[in-house]
Amino acid sequence: MPEPLSAAIVGGSGYVGGELLRLLLAHPHVTVLQITSESQTGRPVHTVHPNLRSVTDLKFSQEGSLDAVDILFLALPHGSAAGRMDHFDGLAQRIIDCSADFRLRDAGVYAQWYGHAHPDPDRLPRFVYGLPERHRSELTGATHASGVGCNASATILALGPLADEGLLERVVADIKVGSSEAGSRPSESSHHPERSGVIRSFMPTGHRHQAEVVQTLGTGFDLSFSVTSVGLVRGVLVTAHCFLRAAVTEKDLWALYRNHYGSEPFIRLVNQRRGIHRYPEPRLTTGSNFCDVGFVVDQGSRHRRVVVLAALDNLVKGAAGSAVQSMNLMIGCDEVAGLGFPGLHPL
Amino acid sequence: MSAEAECPECAAVIELDDDVVEGEIVTCTECGMELEVVPGNPWSLTPAPEEEEDWGE
Repeated sequence: MPEPLSAAIVGGSGYVGGELLRLLLAHPHVTVLQITSESQTGRPVHTVHPNLRSVTDLKFSQEGSLDAVDILFLALPHGSAAGRMDHFDGLAQRIIDCSADFRLRDAGVYAQWYGHAHPDPDRLPRFVYGLPERHRSELTGATHASGVGCNASATILALGPLADEGLLERVVADIKVGSSEAGSRPSESSHHPERSGVIRSFMPTGHRHQAEVVQTLGTGFDLSFSVTSVGLVRGVLVTAHCFLRAAVTEKDLWALYRNHYGSEPFIRLVNQRRGIHRYPEPRLTTGSNFCDVGFVVDQGSRHRRVVVLAALDNLVKGAAGSAVQSMNLMIGCDEVAGLGFPGLHPL
Repeated sequence: MSAEAECPECAAVIELDDDVVEGEIVTCTECGMELEVVPGNPWSLTPAPEEEEDWGE
């Protein structure tokens, strides 16, 4: 692997673009040469991402001035990249598109959830879904990866071991999300007096990330998926009520989740008997690439109802962090490179 | 070589120090359970007495 590899970020003024840059600036094998923003062209990146002041001298450039690089990250709004992949393929051998454009492999499913035909359906099979815990072997050496939905990532990682064992009959996943999930562009719903302190049912049904969960875990169980906005800036917490085909004990769950996740570098099992941090909490993952997963057996359900919890930072493990982890697999370097930040406490 | 014992709560394997003694309290690194060391061959662990936590809820 020639070092360092060159990278560019397209659509760098959004939150995911900023997090990609933060992670890549500390990456030992990659150098970011360009970051684009049509609205911020010419301005230093720290004017938009102030945490990067004195960390980089990069300025935003126009997309039209992009040079060829080894790795191209697309952090554009959904629907913006899909029709221009010939252009992007001409700039880089490896592409990671953080939008939703290439997450679903089936164009019919895409049309069902996004309300219009996919503009480039023939390219869909080329992209690997960028969640290393489920697609590590396909990502290794791949040239194209998609981003991941943050709510989908948390739900997939929560349910994966139970789904793989065929234990799930029905799941009600209640998902609480922070405001940064909505992106950096303000809206009526993000206006501070309307957003601050809310517990607002955002998508009780029909959230698009449900399609990613079904694509990844299959149709072997019935999934209800409800998303609620809460008064956090970053963070996703999934509380998944799982109705099982067979009774389990908590020891069974420890064994199952250890077996699936024991060697995963970014999944921590959190089911503590004491203290105040007994189950996964989104705040403790802030800025990190960790997804914390915990579980409890409902003793009053004849051991057939389990509550599984998962927490992550939607901008990191739910977006930029998984993208960098996928890139590490694609370029053949240490999977954890550049992703060592452990989060903060207290916050 | 240090002895090992299994957490009765989560089945994690816990390494015991060479100088472990009967009644010593150890904490499971995985589930956080506090456990009392019970002598024997092999050593075993049993949940330590605990005070109820007041969550004020």
